[in-house]
Amino acid sequence: MSKALLYDATLCVGCKQCEAGCAQQNGLPYDDKVAAELVQSDHKFTVVLNKNEKYMRKMCMHCEDPACASVCPVGALRKTSAGPVIYEEDRCMGCRYCMVACPFGVPKYEWSKVLPKVQKCVMCPDRLAAGQQTACAESCPTGATKFGEREELIKEAQDRLRANPGNYVPHVFGVEEVGGTSVLLLSGMAFEEFGFNPKDMPKDPLPLYTYRVLSRIPDFVPLGGMVLGGIWWITHRREDVAEAEANEHKGGAK
Amino acid sequence: MKFKFTFWKLVFAIIMVLGGYATILRFVKGIGAVSNLSDQYPWGIWVGFDVLCGVMLAAGGFTLTAAVHIFNIKRLHPIVRPTVLTAFLGYMLVSVALLIDLGRPYRIWHPLIMRNPHSVMFEVAYCVMLYTTVLSLEFSPVVLERFKLEKPLKFIKAALIPLVILGVILSTLHQSSLGTVYLIMPTKLHPFWYSPLLPVFFFISAIAVGLAMTIFESSISSKVFGRQLELPILKELGRVLIVVLAVYGILRFEDLFHRGMLKATLVPKYEMYLFWLEMALALIAPLILLAFKKVRTTAGGLYLSAVLVVLGFITNRLNVSITGMEGTAGGHYVPKWTEYAITAAIVAAGFALFGLAVKYLPIFTDEHEHEATPAKANAVAASAAMSHAGD
Repeated sequence: MSKALLYDATLCVGCKQCEAGCAQQNGLPYDDKVAAELVQSDHKFTVVLNKNEKYMRKMCMHCEDPACASVCPVGALRKTSAGPVIYEEDRCMGCRYCMVACPFGVPKYEWSKVLPKVQKCVMCPDRLAAGQQTACAESCPTGATKFGEREELIKEAQDRLRANPGNYVPHVFGVEEVGGTSVLLLSGMAFEEFGFNPKDMPKDPLPLYTYRVLSRIPDFVPLGGMVLGGIWWITHRREDVAEAEANEHKGGAK
Repeated sequence: MKFKFTFWKLVFAIIMVLGGYATILRFVKGIGAVSNLSDQYPWGIWVGFDVLCGVMLAAGGFTLTAAVHIFNIKRLHPIVRPTVLTAFLGYMLVSVALLIDLGRPYRIWHPLIMRNPHSVMFEVAYCVMLYTTVLSLEFSPVVLERFKLEKPLKFIKAALIPLVILGVILSTLHQSSLGTVYLIMPTKLHPFWYSPLLPVFFFISAIAVGLAMTIFESSISSKVFGRQLELPILKELGRVLIVVLAVYGILRFEDLFHRGMLKATLVPKYEMYLFWLEMALALIAPLILLAFKKVRTTAGGLYLSAVLVVLGFITNRLNVSITGMEGTAGGHYVPKWTEYAITAAIVAAGFALFGLAVKYLPIFTDEHEHEATPAKANAVAASAAMSHAGD
């Protein structure tokens, strides 16, 4: 049982209350200037985009099997059983592989700081632990962002699609993409308009792509050792034999 | 001791001053202030060149030690030492580059106790760490000989074969893993470069570059240190290089064909030009050149081909790490002067350290040769190095 968010763009009015709630929860400044910024950054973890009065919210998708957590060499990013993908700042050494690996380009870096850390939405883990919903879901006046159990939210999203097929693109983003995400999206406008490409997104979790190779290493090491050792034995044995056979001619490495 | 000021020493001094200044700026102001790295381009030339190319250029170490000690090709023995030295310096400099690039360099030791075995980066970190240790041990006889420490020397020599085998395994793992790093980005990396075979490509090209770098470095050494050129050895390396390049080329194009990308390589586009630049430098030009007997049997021809191969695969690594990501990241990444300055200083430091090592250590003396005429051989190398050490 893990928590998730369902964002229904057709219910969104673009009020950006979620942005403000998120900033407050995370102790980040929020004013008109920040509100006007249209990209996620180290000081803005969620963004509401507006295309001709059609909206889309961008935030960490909290993948079921996240690429960022898989690539982090020190395990600073981690998917918790409660749902959120959290970040332990104390572990991070700043290699930024998470930023490169994330298919949604979510993790952001504090480029202006001398000792930067990664910043992203962590799905209010403290609030979740206290049995509360996320700050963004709480601030949403229309219910466009809804907090709940992932399984139930998927059902609800599919019900909404069935009930009002004319309103929606017939797809719940996040059920299958990259192995599923804990943020589910419904949209009235093509997802591609907002930079989501459901068609290009593999259904396999991305960590599988590297794991398929990495998992062979434990076999490779003893096998490689044996093969190399064998070649060494053969090449040197051949030499010994040749030396023994023609005692006179070899002046060898001795 | 008389200090002569030469043109190359001046160039070296300028590069080091600029690099040193840039490094100070980087630690005082932070990465963001001194680089054009951004949320769009979290990795720039410090990763794409200093780390990816650095590790690749140091691949001669495992290629040559395997050829000589495992495959028992004794003819190649005289060039093992300079090659292992190059590899050792290469990995040291990669570590320095990492300290520059990491956001919090003082935590570079974290993978030792915070382990995530699912991370390619974690595996690379361990392999590089262990392999640098192996290289320092493989190189240690040179230092031990210099100071006539017979006991540890005996010990290292007894352990040499297991060390070499370990080194080859570790190299195979992390050379290919630098390609595996990009396997997790099927939606981000341009299909000219994204392939399930990336680890294989990285590994084979590392061998090619290892051979090419050995030719390159032997040619340079013969000029700079007044050392006799081992032409028969280089010719042999050149022959192997042809085979490795051909195998790489066939695999690469077969892979493009199977993924239906061949046609796209003919459609004029930003990525297409850089793809063909890479192909021309790494494969087409060297293969055509080396097909001529005149080229593959002469010092100049081999040198030129080797330089092309090295440049070609540097282009390949930069294409994977930068060009291939530009399409999805949007815009272009152009490094800031400070990024170039630090990278240039690292490369220059490599050349200088190599010069110093040759000057003070028995690098170009084969074991028995060394025992016979150590003083003379050292004197020749040293006097030549004296006037060029800063190069």
